[in-house]
Formats: sequence, C-alpha cells, structure tokens
Amino acid sequence: MYKITLKRQLTKDIKLMGILAPHVVRNAKAGNFVIVIPGETGERVPLTIYDWDKESGVVYIIFQEVGVSTVKLGMMNEGDFVYSIAGPLGRHFHIEKYGNVVVVGGGVGVPAIFPIARALRDAGNSVTSITGFRTSELSILEKEMGSVSDAVIIATNDGSSGTKGLVTDVLKALYDKGGKIDLVVAVGPVVMMKAVSELTKQLGIKTIVSLNALMLDGTGMCGGCRVTIGDKVKFSCVDGPDFDGHLVDFNELTSRLSAFKAEEKISLDHCKIHLAGR
Amino acid sequence: MAKKERLKVRQQAAAERTKNFDEVPFGYDDSEAADEASRCLQCKNPTCIEGCPVNINIKEFIRQLSAGDKAGAIKTIKQSNSLPAVCGRVCPQETQCEAKCVLLKTGQPINIGALERYAADWEAANLKTEAPKIKPVTGADGKQIKVAIAGSGPAGLTVAGELAKLGYKAVIFEALHLAGGVLVYGIPEFRLPKAIVKREVEYLKLLGVEIETNVLVGKSYTIDDLFADGFSAVFIGVGAGTPSFMNIPGENYKGVYSSNEFLTRMNLLKAYKFPEYDTPVKLGKKVAVVGAGNVAMDAARVSKRFKGVEEVHIIYRRSDKEMPARREEIEHAKEEGIIMDLLTNPVQVLADENGFVSAIKCVKMTLCEPDASGRCSVKAIAGSEFTIEVDNVIPALGTKANELLTTNVKGLKLNRRGYIEADPETGETSIPGIFAGGDISTGAATVIAAMGAGKKSAAAIDRYLKKNISA
Repeated sequence: MYKITLKRQLTKDIKLMGILAPHVVRNAKAGNFVIVIPGETGERVPLTIYDWDKESGVVYIIFQEVGVSTVKLGMMNEGDFVYSIAGPLGRHFHIEKYGNVVVVGGGVGVPAIFPIARALRDAGNSVTSITGFRTSELSILEKEMGSVSDAVIIATNDGSSGTKGLVTDVLKALYDKGGKIDLVVAVGPVVMMKAVSELTKQLGIKTIVSLNALMLDGTGMCGGCRVTIGDKVKFSCVDGPDFDGHLVDFNELTSRLSAFKAEEKISLDHCKIHLAGR
Repeated sequence: MAKKERLKVRQQAAAERTKNFDEVPFGYDDSEAADEASRCLQCKNPTCIEGCPVNINIKEFIRQLSAGDKAGAIKTIKQSNSLPAVCGRVCPQETQCEAKCVLLKTGQPINIGALERYAADWEAANLKTEAPKIKPVTGADGKQIKVAIAGSGPAGLTVAGELAKLGYKAVIFEALHLAGGVLVYGIPEFRLPKAIVKREVEYLKLLGVEIETNVLVGKSYTIDDLFADGFSAVFIGVGAGTPSFMNIPGENYKGVYSSNEFLTRMNLLKAYKFPEYDTPVKLGKKVAVVGAGNVAMDAARVSKRFKGVEEVHIIYRRSDKEMPARREEIEHAKEEGIIMDLLTNPVQVLADENGFVSAIKCVKMTLCEPDASGRCSVKAIAGSEFTIEVDNVIPALGTKANELLTTNVKGLKLNRRGYIEADPETGETSIPGIFAGGDISTGAATVIAAMGAGKKSAAAIDRYLKKNISA
C-alpha cells in the first residue's frame, strides 16, 4: 500500500497525484512510466511519470478520468493508499544534445513531455514546447512547461487560448518561419501523434513518439502492448514506449486500443451503479 | 499388499467442472491416503528418491503415512521441499519419482503426488504453523547477512526459504503485485488454488523472509544498488517470461492473446470475475489455442470454463504422441471436450471489418520419418489450406528469455538464447556473488526443476557467504 501525499484538481477531469514510492523514484528518469492498481480488485494501469522527488520518494502522476480505473483513482484523496505502484518502467527517453528540439504535447500527453523537455534542456538543447487542448478550460501545465522551455506555444481547437488550431498547424508555421528543427518529440492522443509524424516525415524531421498501448505487467511478459514499428513487432513496455514516429503503424495501434471498448463501458457502469448504491 | 491397484484420486466430473474454476481433483481422504501409502513396498533401495529433483525422503514419509503419523510425514517432506502443497499438485510425478517406483513395471506405481498433497493439506487443516527458532548468521558488523532474490516464483521462493532456515535474511523483490510468479499468474485456479500459494508464501514470511512486491530488479533497483544497500549476494530467478508468437500475418488483430497475457488476465487479475474485478477479457464463442504443452492445455481449459465459450480447439502441428504436455493434462482437456486439431499448422489469422479475429487459416501437416534425434519432422501438405471460424487465437508456443534484468547487469554472461549462464550445480554466474536458477538460466522448464535449482543455489550461496562474508 502506497500513500497519496498530494492531490490537485487541474481541470474537471484531470488530476495530479503524488504517491509515496521510493522504489519508483530511486532510478526514475524522463520518459519512464508506472503501473498503478487503485484498489485490490483493480486493473493494472500504465501512467507516465510526470515528476518525482528523490528526497521525499514521492512520484507524481497526472491522469484524466476516462475509465473505471482512473475514475477510482480520482476518487482517492490525500492520506489514502493506492493498492499498488510498480516502476520505473519502460526505457527512459534517450537524452543527448540534438540542437533545436520541439516537444509537442496534446491534452493529457503534456505531463509526459514535461520531464522530457526538462531533461533535453538540461542537456543543452533549445526547447520549444507546443501544447494543444480542445479549449482553454482543459489547458494544463502552462507555467510548468514555461519553466522548462525556451518558448511555449499553446494551441486550442476553438481559439479560446493561444493560437487557434491544431498543434500540427503551429508546428508547420514554426517550420515555415525557417527555424531549424533537429528533433520533434510528440506525446498525446494517437491521432495527434500520427498527424505530427506525417507532417514531420514530409518535412524530413526526426520524430519520437511515446506510445500508450494497452498492457498488463509492463515487464515484457504478456505481449499485449505489441506494436508494429517498420516491419518489426515490438513491445511498447520494454522496447518503448518511445519509438520513431515515422515507423509506427498508428492505424494498428488505434485499433488495438479499442479492443475492450465494450467492456470498458460495462466496467464503468458497474462501478457507477456500485457507487450509487453506497 | 502390493497387488492392490493404484488408488485413483476422485475428481469433479468433466461436465460439472467446465462450469467452475474450482480445483479438479479432490485429493485423498484419510482412509484413501492410508490405503495408498500401505501399497508402498518400502524398498531397501528407494529409487523414487533419486527421481525427485529435491530428493524428498519419499520412502520415509509414505511409511509415516501408512503408520498414521501425518505430522511426521509432512515434517519429513518439508526437510527437502518448502512448497509441498504446490508440488503435490503440479509436479510431473510420472516422469520423476513415480517413474522410478519399482511398482511401475506392474503399471501401478504409488501415487506419490497425491500422497504429498494429502500430507500438505492435512497440515494446513490441522496444525498451527509455527516459526522454527533460527539463529541469525551475522557478518563482521554484527548484523544479519542479507541476500536479495529477484523474482518470487518457484526458484526464488525456494532459495528464500532455504536461506532463511540457515539464518540469513532473505529479501525477495517481485515485479508484480502478488508473490508467486508463475504459480499465481500462470497456473490456473483449478490446478493450483491461489489460496495454497498464499499459504506457502505466508509460511516463508513466518521463517523471516521479506517480500517486496512491485519492485523490478534492474529497473527499481539495479544489482549495484542492492550490493550498495548491504546485500551480500543476489539470486536471479526471474523466469523466462517473454512470449513467443507465431510470426504469421494477422497476429496483431484484436482477440489474439499470448498465453501469458490470457492466463495473466484470468489467473492474476481474475478477469473471469469481471466486472466484479476490473480487468476484462474478451472471448467469443470459439477459441483456438495454438500449441500442445502444459500452458496450452491450461489456456484451453480456462477458455472452456469462461461463460459464453462453446468450442475450444487445440491446434498442433504434430500428432497426439508428440504433444509435450503431461498426459494427465491432455486427458483432462479431452474429457472437458477440447477439440484436438492435430497435424494442423496456422498460417494466417483473419479478422472482420472491425479488426476482431474471425477465423484462423491452417494447413494440414504430415509427419516424416524420425530423424537421428528420434524426433519426427513435419511438413505442410500442399494445397491443404482450410479455415476454422474462431473469435480468439491464443498462441501458447513457449517463452523466451526476458531481458529486462539480464541486459542491465554489466559483465553477466548470457548464452546464445539470452539465458544466464549459470552452473547447474551451484547457480554461480560469471559474477561472484550473483547466482541464478530456474527458467532464466535453463529456459522454460517445470516448477520442481526451478525449485531444485533454487535448493542447490541456496547451498552454494551459503558456502559463498561462509567463505567471503560471515564473521
């Protein structure tokens, strides 16, 4: 059992949580993820590590309440205990001096790019962040991204904050202005990562995406998170989660992510009925 | 006495048991156990003991059972085996102890497995488990010497139990959220009830073993971290773990699960109790399991028990007699109505317009003459393609070395296939103080083989610590 030391509501559905887990923090690096089980009968849910504090042993995650597990997690409060948290999982982001890097985060993918942007900047890269949201009310981590970037550009679909449009529009405009871009890192919904990768392929910019495949153990044992990268099948838990965006079969990933759509609804309904009955 | 026939273990009828996940064999009752034990000839030269990878004094515990001394019997077993309730259930006795029983030539060897299970279950029901008094072994600093164990499967549990009994502090690090490794994620409830694994783990804790779940050695803590934290030796028993796939088109369609994924969903995460438990599994009416080892039988039999499943196929490219599973498992599967599609090899998985599996395309195979190794090769019969309509495909084709830990240890020598090179007699690896055993050094094998390796490693670790560390 692992104590929740901090809980903050960032938007209506998005929450930040700090969990005391020194075993996760000790060797955590940017790009790693954890697997959390909210309660004893729960699922193993992979969540990207947003931040960590080596001294206190607290790991921070940011999640959106979309399914039964994140809803259950979101109902827990400071002082409560999550049943299980394992990590750090996955290969950490490969940090080196690339030059000018653009990190692109969409929605709840923004917390995943935060530590990557920070590590890239610490390694001497110039970091421009593009964060995209549907509307200003869903915007998160503006200040935090600013603290780890040389420039931050916010894009909203409806123009209620920052530039009106998609992150790809902003990225294209940035490229058209003539600034040299050595690397693009994109984390967010699959449609966004796919669109960014398609654009950068045309523009000839190396692009790394972080995939959010369904998985169980996160240690390479189940193979449920298999993704097709070029002509090879990889496990996103141990071979990833970062892959060359130009090689990822995003259509297959989208399809596989929908494998349990019907069950996810049953599960959420079951949970809500259970809660209503309390 | 020896003329009497081997006493069969009563079990749930096939029609009944395919509707539940309860254990299939009931086990002996008191009088059955006494009867079966009394058939033992008490050979002067008990070859059964040689057949046991952990050399349980089988002759003695059976003698004790036939004399009614159940407490003595379990004590005898536990001197050599710290997991008797597990081994009595999942050991392949027919190729080990029972294969060496002199009564084998009459076709009626003693049912040693059932007697071992009986003794262990009797103890759980009747005796209060008490921690034996153990004198701690201390180092130069006066503190108890600590050994780190990566993995809480059969190898790790055995090493921990043996070392604890010798007075060392054994700390097990387990990547999953429950201890037991393959005993909890792999072997189904109806073959090995999870309450039994839990009981055995609790016994180890009573011996002073500490278990830290959710910790991945190599990721959470490196091996260097462990030595820096004061551990004097490390045992790696992380299992083989990584699933093999068929490498045929369509394998990534929805509804294809590796046997590891499928069994982990069911056994560890209790998907068969969804939505009471949150982890789902999606099975249609027809399921095909590819492969014919014990894991394939487990996957097929679990599928058969899942509500809504009507038809389960085992697809295997060779014939019945080459099936690598235990005969008992194959017979259980057949009794439960699993359809055996033998001499059949999948070539493609087909899907509907939404990407869910709809069928598996196969080819008929033919066996050729046995080669020099005695194994028959197989080849596809040209033009014999046909499809079986299925909703799920579960490849159960064995496992490969999981490299998560091994590739993160500098200087650790691996073999060509990625398994750790460890001395089979001692578990010693290329790095002093680091030992390994079980599937991560041998490749996929049995629970008892891993336990045997664990036992030898524990003895070697003891020798290593006495020579290098202890005061």
